[in-house]
Amino acid sequence: MIPAFPNAMPVEGFIGGLLIGLAAAIMLLGLGRIAGVSGMAARATGIADSGAPRNVAIAFVVGLPLGALLIAQTVGAVNVNFPASIWPLIIGGLLVGYGTRLGSGCTSGHGVCGLSRLSPRSMVATGMFMASGFVTVGILRAGGWL
Amino acid sequence: MTRALIALLSGTLFGAGLAYSGMSDPARVQAFLDLLGQWDPTLAFVMGGAMLPMAVAWVIRSRLSAPLAAPTFDLPGTTTLDRPLAFGAILFGMGWGIAGLCPGPALADLAIAPGDVAPFVVAMFVGMAAQRFIPFTSQKPKQAGPK
Repeated sequence: MIPAFPNAMPVEGFIGGLLIGLAAAIMLLGLGRIAGVSGMAARATGIADSGAPRNVAIAFVVGLPLGALLIAQTVGAVNVNFPASIWPLIIGGLLVGYGTRLGSGCTSGHGVCGLSRLSPRSMVATGMFMASGFVTVGILRAGGWL
Repeated sequence: MTRALIALLSGTLFGAGLAYSGMSDPARVQAFLDLLGQWDPTLAFVMGGAMLPMAVAWVIRSRLSAPLAAPTFDLPGTTTLDRPLAFGAILFGMGWGIAGLCPGPALADLAIAPGDVAPFVVAMFVGMAAQRFIPFTSQKPKQAGPK
């Protein structure tokens, strides 16, 4: 626990991060691919025509809730807090879906895989979506919506 | 079959990591982006943790001629910094901030709070599909003049 930030979970965050990195390493070294969730999700649903083989994409996407369920069953209840209104979810979902396809990746592909590869495109993308996220939430906070 | 199982293992570990790290909680992710509020730095620890295995993996990859269970590496080769990359990242960041969700946690939450996350997941796929049909005028770098 960090005194200045009582809500932070640095240890769980770091261990969970190691698991995420291990997952991406298995995808890279085992199948030669980037473990990018937006790309895999688009491929699994048939929205994208190119990318990972369909069965690989579907298996990866199915694994995501399976892994979360595993934690909920073994470690304990996973605490999630959603916005009270449905509108942030709908507007946010549309922007995330459109933006990740246009920008060729999200937090996993550009963030985890691309940054560790020192890919210039991923460094630019990650810097921009982080900055955009900070500004967006800053506006919501300043406007009294949070 | 082997490849699908490896992908399932990767996805499962990924989802487990998201849930364990607290990243499946939209409020916690939004709190990381909330510099003016009660800031929560957990996401930075998650990114730091994820970098380590991947940094090692990229070194190993440079010494392999092929992945262990597939014929070739199929990795992004684009190096140009273009407008779709920038605009896409900005739009994604806006949605990430508004909802506190990105694609990985959203899909993982289908097992934790399916009813809560369903509107986001549906909207996300609609947004993805929309990008195919409204692809953005990226292929023409010159400014669009009157037609």
